[in-house]
Amino acid sequence: MKPGAKFAIGAAVIVGCVSLLIVEGVRQTGTYFLTPTQLVERVRTDSTFHDVGLKVSAKVVKGSIVRDRAAQRIDFKVSDGGAGFPVTYVGLVPDTFTDANDIDVVVEGKFGRDGVFHATDVIAKCGSRYEAVWEEPTKTLTQR
Amino acid sequence: MTLLGQFTLWAALLIALWTAGLAFFAPWQQRPALATSVTRGAYAACFALLVAAFALWRGIFTHDFNIEYVASYTARNLPEYYLITAFWAGQKGSLLFWVVVLSIFGALAQALTSQRHRDLLPYVAGVTSTVLVFFLGVMLFGDGANPFERLSFTPPDGRGLNPQLQNPGMIAHPPTLYLGYISITIPFAFAIAALLARRLDTGWIIAMRKWALASWLFLSIGITIGMWWAYVELGWGGVWAWDPVENASLHPWLTLTAFLHSVMIQEKRGMLKRWNVGLVIGTFLLSIFGTLITRSGAIASVHSFTQSDIGYFFLGFLLVSGILSFTLLYTRWPDLEPDAQLESLVSREAAFLFNNLALVGIAFSVLWGTLFPILSEAVQGTKITVGPAFFNRVNVPLGLFLLFLTGVGPLIAWRKASIANLRRQFIAPAVGALVTGTALFALGLRGFYPLMALALAAFALVTVAQEFGRGVRARMRLHNEHAVLALSRLIGRNRRRYGGYIVHVGIVCYFVAFTGMAFKTEKTVELNPLERTTICSPYGYDYTLTHQGVSQYAALNRQVSAATLDVVRDGVRVGTIKSEKRQHVDSFGNPTFEPSTEVGIRSNLREDLYVVYAGSPDGTERAQYKIVVNPLVAWFWIGGGVLALGGILAMWPGGPQIRTARHRIEPQAGYHVPLSAVAQR
Repeated sequence: MKPGAKFAIGAAVIVGCVSLLIVEGVRQTGTYFLTPTQLVERVRTDSTFHDVGLKVSAKVVKGSIVRDRAAQRIDFKVSDGGAGFPVTYVGLVPDTFTDANDIDVVVEGKFGRDGVFHATDVIAKCGSRYEAVWEEPTKTLTQR
Repeated sequence: MTLLGQFTLWAALLIALWTAGLAFFAPWQQRPALATSVTRGAYAACFALLVAAFALWRGIFTHDFNIEYVASYTARNLPEYYLITAFWAGQKGSLLFWVVVLSIFGALAQALTSQRHRDLLPYVAGVTSTVLVFFLGVMLFGDGANPFERLSFTPPDGRGLNPQLQNPGMIAHPPTLYLGYISITIPFAFAIAALLARRLDTGWIIAMRKWALASWLFLSIGITIGMWWAYVELGWGGVWAWDPVENASLHPWLTLTAFLHSVMIQEKRGMLKRWNVGLVIGTFLLSIFGTLITRSGAIASVHSFTQSDIGYFFLGFLLVSGILSFTLLYTRWPDLEPDAQLESLVSREAAFLFNNLALVGIAFSVLWGTLFPILSEAVQGTKITVGPAFFNRVNVPLGLFLLFLTGVGPLIAWRKASIANLRRQFIAPAVGALVTGTALFALGLRGFYPLMALALAAFALVTVAQEFGRGVRARMRLHNEHAVLALSRLIGRNRRRYGGYIVHVGIVCYFVAFTGMAFKTEKTVELNPLERTTICSPYGYDYTLTHQGVSQYAALNRQVSAATLDVVRDGVRVGTIKSEKRQHVDSFGNPTFEPSTEVGIRSNLREDLYVVYAGSPDGTERAQYKIVVNPLVAWFWIGGGVLALGGILAMWPGGPQIRTARHRIEPQAGYHVPLSAVAQR
């Protein structure tokens, strides 16, 4: 066999391995990334969605954060305007996770059959107020 | 100053348009004066943009808060060195930084390239000017992309710089990474120029080789500093999160690494010409793609800039430049016929080919994982994301294969390796790998991947040591030189080769450090003052940490709460470790930004003790801590230093190896004289 052909086989093996690793990797570690509305909708039609790991992107409902310091547990509610559900999480949350203003979070975990999302990870996105448009101060004064 | 800035941006745009038009459409081949005019166009654009940069910095340093950019990213109480970095802290300023640096590189490419390649240079200027036209167009016509826009009023103080960017790593990380991203344009420009001019011998490769190496070095250093910044500033205890923006910087790095290897095959054997052109084009497109990801907000990431519509500009540019470049490559396909064929699967050519496939395979899998949320949403209607678990699964085996080839590549013979060659070269490295693996297993290290990684690391290190050892011994024998002199001459006269080996040592350090990350241990605790906690490190040390309380004080532009732990290791006190929570304030004392965290780290070559003060929820001195023991992290930073050293050595200009013809063909006891060194003259 010519070396060129041998190399082609070797290359095919590598390409095959990479493809296999990618396909298997996605199959075994891929996580659904949903909004609360989509999740509630999905769960209604397909109860296996209670058993798979999920990521949900939503807003924290203002004033809903309850901290249980002894157990290091945090309970809060999330919503996207349409649907919402409570979330429970044990662990430390980032600095940006506060009740002060509307915060966007991505929670990762499982949506239990009890209707509570059991998060294994909470990522809070920075509040957008620092990227707010500059507003002329006189305008707000005249409005008052 | 904004008037000057606006004016120079427009001037640069017109100059770049003129230069590109001249380069692509004027008959400069027949009229040298036109070629000179093109080169001068590149210099003029550079001058105009340097003035623009001066205008923005002046606005920043004079606290001209009427300029929207200055008001958004600086404040009166911002330390001065962060006023320098505020230049590239936001979208608009970093676009200006981009065009300034691109124009400098474009001018340097004209000035530094040897006159032997003068039939490429106008095309090179044409390509760099076209890219410049695009970026200037984005700034001048995109929504919210011009740093010289003014507000309709002047705020009393600016909003200040995001505290996470107030870190020494952030002074160096973005510009270094940008330098890498931007300088990729120059190798790309040479590739396109060679295609256009049909000068497809190795000439263009020699002309741009150092540029490719420089890009690679900037990217490597930029990525490493970025890892360091993430480690000390983001407080999650890791260096690499497989975030889309991090991945975006890895793509061009991987393809460029592949190119730096495959280009040797082209120089030495005249093979892989099409592949090499394709790799350079691909690397450029991936760098633009990275810019697109970072700036468009198309994929959620913690590092990205604010969402804006300039993503569409980049998408369009990516598509157009991709189609044009690959069409051009297609039309020149017959000119890129290889001079030789692969002779054996057991040869350096084959090792390099496999190395290229593995690198491109890693790049592809990372790209696939990065884009998967978008792809799955488009195909299935549901967004599916993949995280670190995916990237580790796919890339750990590929990375180990690559580490194995790192050891094989430098030693195996060109064309066809004989059994004698294999025996001579690989016995010592193989023994080194076996001994290391067995010793670590005996010491209690378990796990297939970590054992493989460390054994292969030993394999690659022994190959490098053997090369240095043999080279030095050969010189000592032939020239009667002392060992130290022989070593320095050996490196000095074969800089590219031995610089490359040193880079390999740096890469091995990264592999070792990544292996250590697999053994990190962490816990979160809440402690009252004088309450203690223990954590066991992977080496079996017991750390006892005693909470010393929280102190609060005001610093330059922030309120600080600092929590201190007393550290005792196996009964011996080793010191204290302090972590801070910072609330930044403006010059009127009002809080700005969310609170940020400053982690505490005690580092040595074996492991880092890493402490994050997560706050005191009830306002007393009772503190929440996250405590992490990270083995071998220091080897990332050591590896970065070694890699930079090797890269700089390989790039160092001139040198005795090209002084006279006699020196070039000096026999080196079985060491080949690189053909490139001869061809360079």
